[in-house]
Amino acid sequence: MPDPGLIILVALASVPLLVAAVATAPRAAGWIAAAVPALLFVGFLAAAPAPGEQALGALPWLPSLGVALAWRLDGLSLLFALLITGIGALIFLYAGAYLRGHPQIDRFFGAIALFMAAMLGAVLADDLVMLVVFWELTSLSSFLLIGFEGGRSSARRAAVQGLLVTVGGGLALLAGALLLGGIAGTYRISEIAARAAEFAAHPWAPLVVALIVVGAFAKSAQAPLHSWLPNAMAAPTPVSAYLHSATMVKLGVYLLARLNPVFGGMPLWVELLTGFGALTMVVGAVLALRETDLKRVLAYSTVVGLGTLVALIGQEDPLAATAAIAFLIVHALYKACLFLVAGIVDHETGMRDASRLRGLARAMPLTATVAALGALSMAGLPPFVGFVAKELLYEANLLAAGMLPAAALVANTVTVIAAGVVAARPFFGRPAPTPRPAHDPGFAMLAGPTLLAALGLLFGLLPGLLGRVLVEPAAAAILGRPTEAKLVLWHGFTVVFWLSVATIGAGLAGYLAWHRMQPLLAGVELFDRYGPDAQYGRALRGLQRLAAWQTRAIQSGSLRRYLALSFLALMLPVGAAMVAGDGLRWPGLDPLPLAHEVGLVALVAAGALVACLARNLITAIMGVALVGFGAGVLFLVLGAPDLAFTQFSVETLAVVLLVAVLARLPFRGTDPRSRGQRVADAGVALLTGVVGGAVLLAALAMPFDTTIPAWMGENAAPAAHGRNVVNVIIVDFRALDTLGEITVLGLAALAAYAVLRRREVRGP
Amino acid sequence: MDELLALAFGALLAGGTYLMLARTLLRVAVGLLLLSNAVNIAIFAAGRVLGRIPPLVEPGAQALAAGTANPLPQALILTAIVISFGLTAFSLVLVHAAHRAYGTVDPDALREAEPPGLPAADPAAAAAAEPPTRRPPPTPAAREAA
Repeated sequence: MPDPGLIILVALASVPLLVAAVATAPRAAGWIAAAVPALLFVGFLAAAPAPGEQALGALPWLPSLGVALAWRLDGLSLLFALLITGIGALIFLYAGAYLRGHPQIDRFFGAIALFMAAMLGAVLADDLVMLVVFWELTSLSSFLLIGFEGGRSSARRAAVQGLLVTVGGGLALLAGALLLGGIAGTYRISEIAARAAEFAAHPWAPLVVALIVVGAFAKSAQAPLHSWLPNAMAAPTPVSAYLHSATMVKLGVYLLARLNPVFGGMPLWVELLTGFGALTMVVGAVLALRETDLKRVLAYSTVVGLGTLVALIGQEDPLAATAAIAFLIVHALYKACLFLVAGIVDHETGMRDASRLRGLARAMPLTATVAALGALSMAGLPPFVGFVAKELLYEANLLAAGMLPAAALVANTVTVIAAGVVAARPFFGRPAPTPRPAHDPGFAMLAGPTLLAALGLLFGLLPGLLGRVLVEPAAAAILGRPTEAKLVLWHGFTVVFWLSVATIGAGLAGYLAWHRMQPLLAGVELFDRYGPDAQYGRALRGLQRLAAWQTRAIQSGSLRRYLALSFLALMLPVGAAMVAGDGLRWPGLDPLPLAHEVGLVALVAAGALVACLARNLITAIMGVALVGFGAGVLFLVLGAPDLAFTQFSVETLAVVLLVAVLARLPFRGTDPRSRGQRVADAGVALLTGVVGGAVLLAALAMPFDTTIPAWMGENAAPAAHGRNVVNVIIVDFRALDTLGEITVLGLAALAAYAVLRRREVRGP
Repeated sequence: MDELLALAFGALLAGGTYLMLARTLLRVAVGLLLLSNAVNIAIFAAGRVLGRIPPLVEPGAQALAAGTANPLPQALILTAIVISFGLTAFSLVLVHAAHRAYGTVDPDALREAEPPGLPAADPAAAAAAEPPTRRPPPTPAAREAA
């Protein structure tokens, strides 16, 4: 019995091999590629635990954080794994023919195989962190696949939109998963479920639920986050069939189902799921009726189906869990089948506009037959499995209160209409001209939809088998306890049966009126102008404007503004921290300053003031000279004669240099700053001075350690034979500093010479 | 005494900052000079005023007497004074070079790397933004002619 963890590993490892194989033999790409999911499918069949059992396993990953590569194969995981690999095999085969001759077919199979591996990892994960990692990997590979035809701007926009919405949801999910793991004390989903009651009482539980639900809703295209899904139809049709109807969009549903044992008892969970599920059903239904593109009609009907699933999971009755799983299987079968049929129509006729395609049955008899089988299951007619699922669905929804039964009626009616529009309308009536002469495709493209349609009929005839083998174990995983799933084709003449009849009647009437109803609905501009898709565009443009504004504000290109921002960025937080942290100190006046020292400090401050306020540059230079010489005298009286003399000579040199440069520039005495600029700059300067002074005062209030100066004072004469301790420090104790200082000065002189030399080259 | 030096530091820091934000590069250089002085005073204050007698070991004595000034910050400031002089000199050379290359000493007009109008919200406007304002460097032919 193969280990499920090993199967994920094989799926991941097969990606590069598959790319290499497809690149070598692109004509056989479909067959080569289909072998991988087919083998994995067999592997999962072999690894399947007995009904009611589960297989658990783990590898250490981040043991210090309690995160592991833990997997679990139970009824729900197995069902998803079989759908992913089984439908995957059919779709890979189909895609090989669909994309025959495409120059980047290897890239396509690389991305879609990566997606499959990521999906398997996500549905087998028993560790929340691992689940999120694989979840985001599916979003990334979906981005690559939606944007596969990246030359078209619509494909690029759709790819980015899908990525932003699903990855944004993934971030919410990550936050929710980390919180949930933190509260429960473990990331193992199988262990968290055991502590459901404990969790529900936690004050943060509603936040966790909201975060996880947002992640799942974004992935499963629940209104109002649904608009990325119809736009994702820009992807090649095999991708639409695989990712955006059968598997990836159901990952959100999977997550909700998986966590239902944890959250199921919370009223918030029930309200969110049933509320948004019902909203999604109705929104998807209305929008589906506006479209004529086969793929977009199917996409919106997928939105309806996803809403149905979410609403069913939110209901507490065991019957709803059974209905959810049954509908999930049925939906995957017929929706993948019809997407592949739409792809065949598109591929062989060159168009997919339901309002203009007519009479294809004569030219494409096999395709028409498969389409009819798929559509009958979708419409929910006996003896197809769609009928079984729909009966269950009505039965479960009738138990629920509120809007759900009405929403279900609308959803199912539109599903019937959509089935007719996609699979009946293009094939009946008088043949209309198409860009390419229509004909049936080859085996590779027909095999998948045919098998899927046949399974729809087979499971309809043997509903008990489906119920026992697949539905019962998966429904038990949703409920967290064993359940009995009785799937039967014929219930008798119950309310549910008459609801079915009414649905089909209304759907038929809607189908016949579709060609008049669709243009009317499509003409309502309200949806286009204020729908979530338009809001997404607006939000993105707003974000770009905000980014441009922010860049202009911060990275303005003005040197002065950069400087002011740098001072503010340094001083504001420091000042705030000092005030908030009670860091203001006054060290005290010991030793007391003498009168002439106070006078010198005042002189230095006055010099700074003169330098700032001088209208004339020469006056400003005089001000700064006052500061320099004042500081020199201050050093002299404070016992630092060496400093004083250096300061005098350097200050003299600096003033000479300033005047020398001034003499070579056009004399611009006045500062061209406006009054407003001056006031703002003075504000920045005052803040800098005040905060800087406060920092120094606080530092001076700290206790002072005289060990080092005392050591230097004691060792200067005996060890270095010098009586001037400052000189000894410079040439002996810290001689390397002095060497560095000389180097800096030498480099500055060299650089100055290099800059000035350019003038001589240019000459007069 | 220490806190008086801290007040001087604050005053010089504020003055230096105000001058560095000026719209004449020479004033910016003057501001740099003020900042250097501010930092020197800060280092001096950080070593505390332990006494007002220069740190010289008396003939015959082996160690500094009590009441002498702290020698360590003085040594550090000596290095700082010389380096800040190098910095001032080099920035004056740069001011001079900037004036030669761009014909202005207004920092608001030095926009070669980031011309005004960038980044624009609209790519078309960005493309139409002003070209760089730098005078073209002399070609080899022009150099030879000179």
